[in-house]
Amino acid sequence: MNVPAARAPEATGENLIEFRGITKTYGEGQAAFLALRGVDLGIRQGEFLAIMGPSGSGKSTAMNILGCLDTPTSGAYLFQDVHVEHLDRNQRALLRRNFLGFVFQGFNLLARTSAQENVELPLLYRGESPEARHRAAREALNLVGLSGWEHHTPAELSGGQQQRVAIARAIVTHPLVLLADEPTGNLDSRRSHEIMELLVRLNQQRRITILMVTHETDMAVYASRSVHFVDGLLTEDTATAPRAATGEPACS
Amino acid sequence: MFLNALLLALREIRRNLMRSFLTILGIVIGVAAVITMVTLGNGATRMVAEQISSLGSNLLIMRPGQRMGPGSGGAPRFRLADVEAITSQVSGIKAAAPSVQNGATMVAGGENWASSVNGTSNAFFVVGNWVLASGRQFSEEDEKLGRAVCVIGETVRQKLFNAGDPVGSSLRVKNFSCEIIGLLASKGQGAMGMDQDDVVVLPVRTVQRRLTGNRDVSTIMISMKDGEDTDQVMARIRTLMRERRKLSENDEDNFNILDTKQIAQTMSSTIGTITNLLGAVAAVSLLVGGIGIMNVMLVSVTERTREIGIRLAIGALEHEVLLQFLTEAVALSAFGGLVGIALAFFACLALSTLMQMPFLFDPGINILAFAFSAAIGVLFGYMPARRAASLDPIEALRHE
Ligand SMILES: Nc1ncnc2c1ncn2[C@@H]1O[C@H](COP(=O)(O)OP(=O)(O)OP(=O)(O)O)[C@@H](O)[C@H]1O
Ligand SMILES: [Mg+2]
Repeated sequence: MNVPAARAPEATGENLIEFRGITKTYGEGQAAFLALRGVDLGIRQGEFLAIMGPSGSGKSTAMNILGCLDTPTSGAYLFQDVHVEHLDRNQRALLRRNFLGFVFQGFNLLARTSAQENVELPLLYRGESPEARHRAAREALNLVGLSGWEHHTPAELSGGQQQRVAIARAIVTHPLVLLADEPTGNLDSRRSHEIMELLVRLNQQRRITILMVTHETDMAVYASRSVHFVDGLLTEDTATAPRAATGEPACS
Repeated sequence: MFLNALLLALREIRRNLMRSFLTILGIVIGVAAVITMVTLGNGATRMVAEQISSLGSNLLIMRPGQRMGPGSGGAPRFRLADVEAITSQVSGIKAAAPSVQNGATMVAGGENWASSVNGTSNAFFVVGNWVLASGRQFSEEDEKLGRAVCVIGETVRQKLFNAGDPVGSSLRVKNFSCEIIGLLASKGQGAMGMDQDDVVVLPVRTVQRRLTGNRDVSTIMISMKDGEDTDQVMARIRTLMRERRKLSENDEDNFNILDTKQIAQTMSSTIGTITNLLGAVAAVSLLVGGIGIMNVMLVSVTERTREIGIRLAIGALEHEVLLQFLTEAVALSAFGGLVGIALAFFACLALSTLMQMPFLFDPGINILAFAFSAAIGVLFGYMPARRAASLDPIEALRHE
């Protein structure tokens, strides 16, 4: 399958991701609902973008399209200058496999599966050797501050810890972009701030582009830029002074 | 790639031990039941066939009535004269023995034993291939006068005399006492587990006079000479009997002649029918096992659908997910099938030893049961996964 190889977009200064007049309609005929009504958005390599807006404004819809999980009804979506809207199911899956990492509000870890194995999961589909998988998973878990928790299953971990396992799983493949839809939605405020600090560190130290949906302005301040959706349209786009990460690993 | 799928599948099996166990259990029980039933049925058929043919293929049995078995009520009985006529007038016959069976309790030396007595003649020893272990056969006088003398089988001796030689002792049969003049050499088990050594043989006249009170002969057993054609001998006997009974052309026979070969065939086909029936019952249990598997798989569909959503979201391709689930289903079903076959093997071995039947390994039913259970396992393990893998990842993730 022809999936573009990773390039270094910062060298050219172009956008890593570009939405051109993206619309998304759910349903058909009478019941049709326009969730996105023509969104233009450019995202550069290394940005930490917060996507905000009221409930039902189309944030998740935009996120799913950004993450190549869903396709737009019309408009163009360029990822590294590749028209994603023209790719088929498998090509999009390979894009996700090679360049994207996902963090969900509900963690979405495999039940009854150790943290280590959860983190190794994406590597299994890349056909990496067991040694390489174990090493990479341990490194990723260490990075999110979960050394020593490798053999715990999700049921034995707190919400904050589960979300860190999910982040470790998302970054274990060294993705270009990390997509997080309300990553702190199920966490209390202390855990939320810890997760945000972890994301900032990943953004600054690893140069991972982060796209994050959030309801809370408290969380949005960690981002370097925030956009607002209202009724399927982008209304505000502000660069914020990113709050510096504390630098030391966040611990639970 | 396939190795990868196998690895993923094995992880999955280990992760869901309970579910895997239940799946396997359904298959194991189904496979084991079908194979055991059919194998035991085959063994029983073979056993009966062997035992009946051990009676001797030259044996004909003549009974009153049109058909074998009950329902011969109104038909005229045989007389001793019939036996004599057959012996003297039909060619190709080695011996013909009358038989009058009567249930009776035997008493000797304070022990008693319920068995049946057989009123017959010395021809009985020829027809039944009996050898005397000690003592003598009936004398002409014994037979003619209906003396109270008897020859007993090994089982009767064991029950009444322990280890001692019974010849010369007296045996009380119902209301009269008779002298034991001979002991039959043991023959062991007969057809259908019947003990052939559990016999007491008396002269036919003795039984008629003292026990049945009439001159009827219930059965005539005829042994043919070696090399004689069964059908021809039977035809000759039939002609003679029709003549003796003065049956006109239009009358049907009011007696029937069976040869043991025919009995063997009837028995085998009866047991074959029973085997098929048991096999069908077992097949139902295989089906129930299959439904159990389906249930287990369907219960976990929600969880599996979300899991498939996760796998798809992190970049698994549809066919990779499918291959993994297919591998899992095949591995589980094949394992269950093999365990079922092994279980059936040991069950058949134990049961056929217990029932003293031959153990006939039938590769056909093993393959059939295995294939069927594997198909069920694969179908029900794979179908839900197939549906889930065709969903969009976000839809699968949202699955409730
Ligand atoms: N699969 C779907 N089918 C039909 N309508 C949908 C579907 N998904 C979303 N919608 C509708 O599209 C609109 C935008 O939904 P979306 O999930 O993007 O909102 P959101 O901004 O993420 O909201 P929230 O903050 O509550 O998560 C909503 O009105 C929703 O009802
Ligand atoms: Mg949402």
